[in-house]
Amino acid sequence: MSTPWRDEVARVAGLARIDLKPDELDRLAGELEVIVQSVARVSEVATPDVPATSHPLPLTNVFRADEPETPLDRDEVLAMAPAQEDGKFLVPQILGEDA
Amino acid sequence: MSDTLVDYDDAVARYDTVFGIEVHVELGTRTKMFDAAEQGFGADPNTQVTPVSLGLPGALPAVNGTAVEYAIRIGLALNCTIAESCRFARKNYFYPDVPKNFQTSQYDEPIAHDGWVDVELEDGTVFRVDIERAHMEEDAGKNTHVGGATGRIHGAIYSLVDYNRAGVPLVEIVTRPVTGAGERAPEVARAYVQTLRDMFRALEVSEARMERGNVRADVNVSLRPSSDSPLGTRTETKNVNSFRSIERAVRYEISRQAAVLDAGGQIVQETRHWHEDTGHTTSGRIKSDAEDYRYFPEPDLVPIVPDRAWIEEIRANLPELPAARRRRLQADWGYADPEMRDVVNAGAVELIELTVAAGSSPAAARKWWMGELARTAKERGVELEELPVTPQQIGALQALVDDGRLTDKLARQVLEGVLAGEGDPEAVVAARGLEVVSDDGPLLAAIDQALAAQPDVVAKIQGGNLGPVGAIIGAVMKATRGQADAARVRELVLERVQS
Amino acid sequence: MSDLTRLSAAALAEALTSGEVSSVEATQAHLDRIAAVDGPVHAFLHVSSDEALATARGVDEARAKGESLHPLAGVPIAVKDVVVTRGLPTTAGSRILEGWIPPYDATLVTKIKAARLPILGKTNMDEFAMGSSTEHSGYGNTHNPWDLDRIPGGSGGGSAAAVAAYEAPLAIGTDTGGSIRQPAAVTGTVGVKPTYGSVSRYGLIALASSLDQAGPVTRTVLDAALLHELIAGHDPHDSTSLTDPVGDYVAQARRGLAGDVAGMRVGVVKELSGEGYQPGVLARFEESLELLRQAGAEIVEVSCPHFEYALAAYYLILPAEASSNLAKFDGMRYGLRVEPTEGPVTAERVMAATRGQGFGDEVKRRIILGTYALSAGYYDAYYGSAQKVRTLIQRDFAAAFEEADVLVSPTAPTTAFKLGEKLDDPLAMYLNDVATIPANLAGVPGMSVPSGLCEDGLPAGFQVIAPARQDARLYRVGAAVEALLEARWGGPILTKAPELEASK
Repeated sequence: MSTPWRDEVARVAGLARIDLKPDELDRLAGELEVIVQSVARVSEVATPDVPATSHPLPLTNVFRADEPETPLDRDEVLAMAPAQEDGKFLVPQILGEDA
Repeated sequence: MSDTLVDYDDAVARYDTVFGIEVHVELGTRTKMFDAAEQGFGADPNTQVTPVSLGLPGALPAVNGTAVEYAIRIGLALNCTIAESCRFARKNYFYPDVPKNFQTSQYDEPIAHDGWVDVELEDGTVFRVDIERAHMEEDAGKNTHVGGATGRIHGAIYSLVDYNRAGVPLVEIVTRPVTGAGERAPEVARAYVQTLRDMFRALEVSEARMERGNVRADVNVSLRPSSDSPLGTRTETKNVNSFRSIERAVRYEISRQAAVLDAGGQIVQETRHWHEDTGHTTSGRIKSDAEDYRYFPEPDLVPIVPDRAWIEEIRANLPELPAARRRRLQADWGYADPEMRDVVNAGAVELIELTVAAGSSPAAARKWWMGELARTAKERGVELEELPVTPQQIGALQALVDDGRLTDKLARQVLEGVLAGEGDPEAVVAARGLEVVSDDGPLLAAIDQALAAQPDVVAKIQGGNLGPVGAIIGAVMKATRGQADAARVRELVLERVQS
Repeated sequence: MSDLTRLSAAALAEALTSGEVSSVEATQAHLDRIAAVDGPVHAFLHVSSDEALATARGVDEARAKGESLHPLAGVPIAVKDVVVTRGLPTTAGSRILEGWIPPYDATLVTKIKAARLPILGKTNMDEFAMGSSTEHSGYGNTHNPWDLDRIPGGSGGGSAAAVAAYEAPLAIGTDTGGSIRQPAAVTGTVGVKPTYGSVSRYGLIALASSLDQAGPVTRTVLDAALLHELIAGHDPHDSTSLTDPVGDYVAQARRGLAGDVAGMRVGVVKELSGEGYQPGVLARFEESLELLRQAGAEIVEVSCPHFEYALAAYYLILPAEASSNLAKFDGMRYGLRVEPTEGPVTAERVMAATRGQGFGDEVKRRIILGTYALSAGYYDAYYGSAQKVRTLIQRDFAAAFEEADVLVSPTAPTTAFKLGEKLDDPLAMYLNDVATIPANLAGVPGMSVPSGLCEDGLPAGFQVIAPARQDARLYRVGAAVEALLEARWGGPILTKAPELEASK
């Protein structure tokens, strides 16, 4: 049954590229609603004068020298791929870009 | 489906064009933006990869300091403000050539913003384009679509992905909406990208080779009834990757959109694809709210706070930019404005500069490159710089002329030999035996022979009629296969006859 | 020598150095112990016997030749499966990575290999470290050695259980919101979450990049100090790695073991006790505190008023970062690939099918929550606000550390609960980490040491938190608590654990 939270979970699952079964959608809809209501209280104290912190320790200007490192062994990497061909990763057909 | 088009002149007469361009340039650093994999054109697939390039679990990015310096160079050259502080964000979207399924890019905090660049059109008009921002990001891998009849994505059975390009440093330069170009919008668009390309090369931040995709452009176009109307809905034509195509794509969109508007339709905000072969655009994805990139600050990287002294050092060491260089060279060479413009439009500035450095006078260098060589290039359908001759060879050739060892005519024959791959001018002269005959002995013999064959001419000359001298000279030149200096022959003929 | 598996890492290292014991003997003893008890405990997802014994043999040979070796060379170690190990299966507890053999080592693994510690295997965990009970592993539950019907904590239940069950003297854990400390508390072991940036994150399969930190899981504070010194240090592959020199953790631990805490100001965080905390947990905490007071520490009360928002902020920041970090698991380059059962087989649909089948419930729950919190229109209210709460919590810590050298609290509100008890109530499960989460949000270091047995006969933990970069203080205070309590108990707490039945 369509509910606002179920629709929301379906929308977000699309963005996150996760197939959800109908019963998963039902369950997650209920859980997301409860969890979101619970975590929404962060806005109680997040007033405009408080700056955001994205990193726990404030570092700046961490740069790497422009010097190459040994690359990975291609055979070792491709051996772990679900499918491969001609030294490349084989992936299913890609839709949606060209007309 | 083919679009209805309005005649271009008609379209621009009735609509005001606004366009914007996003240029992506791949930086020529040794390694990638966020990982120490070597980058460069032409390597075997998936050999320039580290755990970071492949987005392997556990891998972390680390910023290439040289790429940051290059981005600052570009920002300064575009008269931008370099941010006090900036950072990277994650742009989240799923695509097989994006190994982490997010692109690390700069979102609300670009490294450079609010600049401008002057663009010179072919007729010398200067048009200023305002720059909104220049930011750093990473390139994606490359997909090859297999099994489709057209090689396009539709119809492909599967795709093969090479991640060598994934993570190559990019700087994206975004213009503000360009207004006021009127019917010259396509030309301005083209010249803008050309100006940027030249700038990247001068700054030594990229080889900037269009054909290799080092520089790629997305072009936004919208129309409005007049220049005081609000901006119309725009389309974004992706991956227009040659100068000519940029001009054509803008032109096409103007004609196409005018037809839609004329018919009372509405422009759909969408991504369009440029088709080089047919010269038209087709509809791609429709931009909608579904495109939700969920940007957030990249937690694996720390903010960049460029030291002001560092910026000033970079500024002080900026190479001379193409426009300033052109002004300096024009003054040095003493070319008139139209002459210089022709040289610039022919892409001959650097060739002439090197030719002059090889000893030629600026006038002679221009004469060669804009004359004989321009003709040859046109015949062969190639750019000047693609001709198999170096500025050093042209300098050497001109030196032979200056020394009197070659006449202009002979010099052209030598050039022919050089272009035919016969070696340097000296070698061609030797091999073809083309040097001016400067020894009087063989010349006198040829003159005597010619005079003997035409005794009536001798009488006429002796009678004061110098007209027939030309006939004798002609005969001598013929006899020496053009290797005689005509002026010297004339002197000798007169001496002979009058003595 | 008697049972080698009962020795602390420090004692085993001494026995190895003196030549009393060989590394092969020590390693084999632990492999035997694993074979005997890991069936019911299920701490390990993969046991790397051959590789471990090969390393051990190498150490023994090197020692015989008189080569200089790291003090911990030859001491076996277990590694949480979230840490990338070249040549050893690495799944992070997820079916989506089943069978993946990484082509590279995490930086901390490179250090372990360079110091030549035999790696016994990879330990079980909640899938992608999302959980507080190890019940969210894609490969079955780990059981608490104190009571096999109970959870070993999480996400690092495998590492804690392995150490508690004498299957390894040392283990590596990772802690995003308490995944080292909370399992330590409920298994009677020691766990340290270092300052953010102390240990490189390169090669840790990221859960929440701004919160994750790897650290030691051991039976003694001194062992934790030894292991922390080994794995810490700047790493250019991790841009958030600190350039500070590694602290003198071992020396500080020895100082604490000698009971030297006189004059230290110990701050009790008012907000991390009271309602929701089991009476026995609070009683053991108070007793430990009293011992510190008797040893000369000054006990003060501090208030961190924004800690009550920590859990909410954490459950926005973590899912948001995780939703992006886990996007890479799409079946294109490695791991599981699942084709949709019907309809066209496109990359987009294969990705969705792979993720739908490969991820477990908790992972899906958090990815959905995180994606929601970042999606257009919600960012400011949720993620943006949570980042502000983070600032407020850092300010609370800064103010508290004006008044105290370290802060203390119970590590977890309760002892180990029964397997399955909280599985259907995500919010109740999340409350397990209420006391450990603030340290992750602020990046400060925290430790859990056993505080004793509660009314249910199960162990509880005493948490010590220090300011950023002052990890050394944890070792001094933690070792003091350990020494003072053990003197009272007459031995380590684990000697009170029931003997596991060997399944030979």
